[in-house]
Amino acid sequence: MNLTLKIWRQANATAAGAMHTYTLDGVSSDMSFLEMLDLLNEQLLHQGEEPIAFDSDCREGICGMCSLMINGQAHGPEVTTTCQLHMRSFNDGDTITIEPWRADPFPVVKDLIVDRSAFDRIIANGGYISANTGSAPEANSVPAPRDKAQRAFNVATCIGCGACVAACPNGSASLFLGAKITHLGELPQGQPERYSRVATMIAQHDHEGFGGCTNIGECAAACPKEIPLDVISQLNKDLRDSIKQGY
Amino acid sequence: MASSTADLSGLVAHNEPSVQVSDDAAGFYTLGDKLVDPKAPTGPIKDRWTNRKFDNRLVNPANRRKLDIIIVGTGLAGGAAAATLGEAGYNVKSFFYQDSPRRAHSIAAQGGINAAKNYKEDGDSVYRLFYDTVKGGDYRARESNVYRLAEVSANIIDQCVAQGVPFAREYGGLLDNRSFGGVQVSRTFYARGQTGQQLLLGAYQALERQVAAGTVTPYSRHEMLDVIIVDGKARGIIARDMVTGEIETHLADVVVLATGGYGNVYYLSTNAMGSNVTAAWRAHRKGAYMANPCYTQIHPTCIPVTGAHQSKLTLMSESLRNDGRMWVPKKAEDCAKDPRDIPEEDRDYFLERIYPSFGNLVPRDIASRAAKYMCDEGRGVGPEVDETDTDGNPVKRRRGVYLDLTAAIARLGKAAIEEKYDNLLDMYERITGEDPYAGPMRIYPAVHYVMGGLWVGYDLQTNIDGLFCAGEANFSDHGANRLGASALMQGLSDGYFVLPNTIRDYLADGPFEKIAEDHPAVLEARAGVEAQIERFMSINGTRSVESFHKELGQIMWEYCGMERTKEGLTEAIAKIRALKAEFWTNVKVLGSADSLNQDLEKAGRVIDFIELGELMCIDALNRRESCGGHFRAESQTPEGEALRHDEEFAYVAAWEWGGDSLEGHNPVLHKEDLIYTAIEMKQRSYK
Repeated sequence: MNLTLKIWRQANATAAGAMHTYTLDGVSSDMSFLEMLDLLNEQLLHQGEEPIAFDSDCREGICGMCSLMINGQAHGPEVTTTCQLHMRSFNDGDTITIEPWRADPFPVVKDLIVDRSAFDRIIANGGYISANTGSAPEANSVPAPRDKAQRAFNVATCIGCGACVAACPNGSASLFLGAKITHLGELPQGQPERYSRVATMIAQHDHEGFGGCTNIGECAAACPKEIPLDVISQLNKDLRDSIKQGY
Repeated sequence: MASSTADLSGLVAHNEPSVQVSDDAAGFYTLGDKLVDPKAPTGPIKDRWTNRKFDNRLVNPANRRKLDIIIVGTGLAGGAAAATLGEAGYNVKSFFYQDSPRRAHSIAAQGGINAAKNYKEDGDSVYRLFYDTVKGGDYRARESNVYRLAEVSANIIDQCVAQGVPFAREYGGLLDNRSFGGVQVSRTFYARGQTGQQLLLGAYQALERQVAAGTVTPYSRHEMLDVIIVDGKARGIIARDMVTGEIETHLADVVVLATGGYGNVYYLSTNAMGSNVTAAWRAHRKGAYMANPCYTQIHPTCIPVTGAHQSKLTLMSESLRNDGRMWVPKKAEDCAKDPRDIPEEDRDYFLERIYPSFGNLVPRDIASRAAKYMCDEGRGVGPEVDETDTDGNPVKRRRGVYLDLTAAIARLGKAAIEEKYDNLLDMYERITGEDPYAGPMRIYPAVHYVMGGLWVGYDLQTNIDGLFCAGEANFSDHGANRLGASALMQGLSDGYFVLPNTIRDYLADGPFEKIAEDHPAVLEARAGVEAQIERFMSINGTRSVESFHKELGQIMWEYCGMERTKEGLTEAIAKIRALKAEFWTNVKVLGSADSLNQDLEKAGRVIDFIELGELMCIDALNRRESCGGHFRAESQTPEGEALRHDEEFAYVAAWEWGGDSLEGHNPVLHKEDLIYTAIEMKQRSYK
């Protein structure tokens, strides 16, 4: 198939960016979206134009490194990561618009690459269970109810890609926060720090400049791992309890 | 078998040092001195690690914050080590090329993690896990290391559960286990098909906790490009800030490389796009030995290649082999048919036929080769691809076999299969556009893991003082083949439990004398890095870095893949040398060195892969035996099974950098004898 690609290019964090238009022929429907960009980059190199910078690593939908707003949708039209999006989702002759994540706390580094270190700082501020190596009790000494363990797992599958933030009109990271609060809060091991955790993580979230949640739900719709919206209810409930407890 | 009468005193050697008679790689290498691990433990195997932990000296807590530790890589080994050493109070600097430590490729591991908990009361024990791992590795691993790994395995599960890793559980709330390829007990702990992700997030969260505590400083989007060695000790690294292009000097008392495996030397593999050998290879060029580089694991259950555009391959966890049956049509003329139209009697369940006692659960190397042979015979399935046969004639072959869950779905119900494998089956559908519940999936082997890596002794220290290596990046625990669910175990064992105990003994002599940033050794390392970058930028040839990588991958897959021969490997070495010469005259890198430049990053990685590929072929050429993932066509039983030659090759091949082959230099081979006291070498049989 032949495509017209409109792609955001920006030399570095401080430079002004602009949309550039490219045409690309010979795209196979079996290619992943990123393999399509690889093909474009090979073409650009031979034309003497610097290839387009974009993030990707595992290319199997689990590392969370890839991103991209594709035709205005985070990770494009399917419920998956950009690396798992295949060109069979597009048609010959399509024009595709490709931009970096849109959110102030994720500044552009170059072209389609953004800085998501704000997520790491949120995790550093309580997104863990304090358990120094060597201090753990025997694993089966604390049973965890199966349904709770399953819910914990289901939301622990968050890959930290940032699509929820990019999709949210408020630039809120509430789905990301709620997923971690729910993951750790469903497990018996997570109880001792449950209410301090939510307070410190939310404080860091706000400090980073992420917006508040107004229950729009774009985040859950864009999430490639289908983290459900109810983790935000859990987040709010835990925050309420946290405040009651004086955190 | 693992008998209770085994003599575990460590006093009785079951084998003599081997004496190599063949010399297939003559002319390609120089024979060096034998290598002995100066820190090798002695005494009863059960007590070795306990004694070592006690004998290793302590570092006063007040001194720890004065000691700087550089850890490169944040996967299971590097992330766990950084968190644990941070908790202990050392001053840790953590380097990684991704934007976040959570992205390291351990995240993609699917199936599970082994531990000798014996929760199923099915006869498991530390000794049995040790036995299975040494046997699975085809008796090419060091027994002391493997025993320690088995011993520590149970602690890993405890630690991960305490961190909140959401392992699968039974209805009573206790942990569930499943069985995995190559063994007959259920000792694998899992979190659906995303075990690596959950374990890595546990380590990542522990790491971030230490970042907040101020003991660990993260350096994201940084790539290590050289190690600084002063007076024989590793004292720091040269790294490039991949955003600004700045070349930085980082000094420390000890350097740990936990930089993963080099499977991307084959271009197509299940590794991440960024997985590379550069940190390990630059250390190798500075004197660290590279051990058993030819031991490559080709995983049997991956999604087949669809075309030349393919940038990577995707694994389907071998846990699917618990419920899935592998088959091909008995008749070549059925290969293009819809598999659902092929009656039962016309299907060849080849693993069950050839290996009746292990069936679909044989180790990975055996399953992979069997699948290859079925396709070589013309009984493969899926689209036809163009190939060249052994006589050089063009031929069309189908490169795929069926992995069939139909019977399991009928027996257990679709819901049960979904719960176990949902994300894997989704991924299959996403990539192939085919519904895995409607018919059998197509799979084919792909490069997945490398057992080779930097040589380390029992303390995980390389032959350079103060330079440690952990996880897949080292060579130590899996011999010539790794069993399923053992990579996660080794990464976390090294990171959480081994390194923190062995590094403290090294650091008990510190803090070492401070090194100035303008020390001649530092300046020399920096100058070397800068000169290489300048060279990449100035060649301005006609070929992309990517095209060199692809060509290298094709050479490696063809000649140093699932089956290797003397002629093929010799040819591969010549081709790789020609490719290397062309790279240095014809590569094209655009953009600038002082900004984010992904082609420039890749140029450095690809030239290192080219040099590594050459060494892998030399190692494979020298090792005229078949063991684990290394199959030499010249060494097989009459039935076509791998045939080891313990009398010649029961050794670790540790290679010393001898200089650039284009300038006429050869690598130097140091042999470390493998002597077993707790297990006797046997020819593996899974029949």
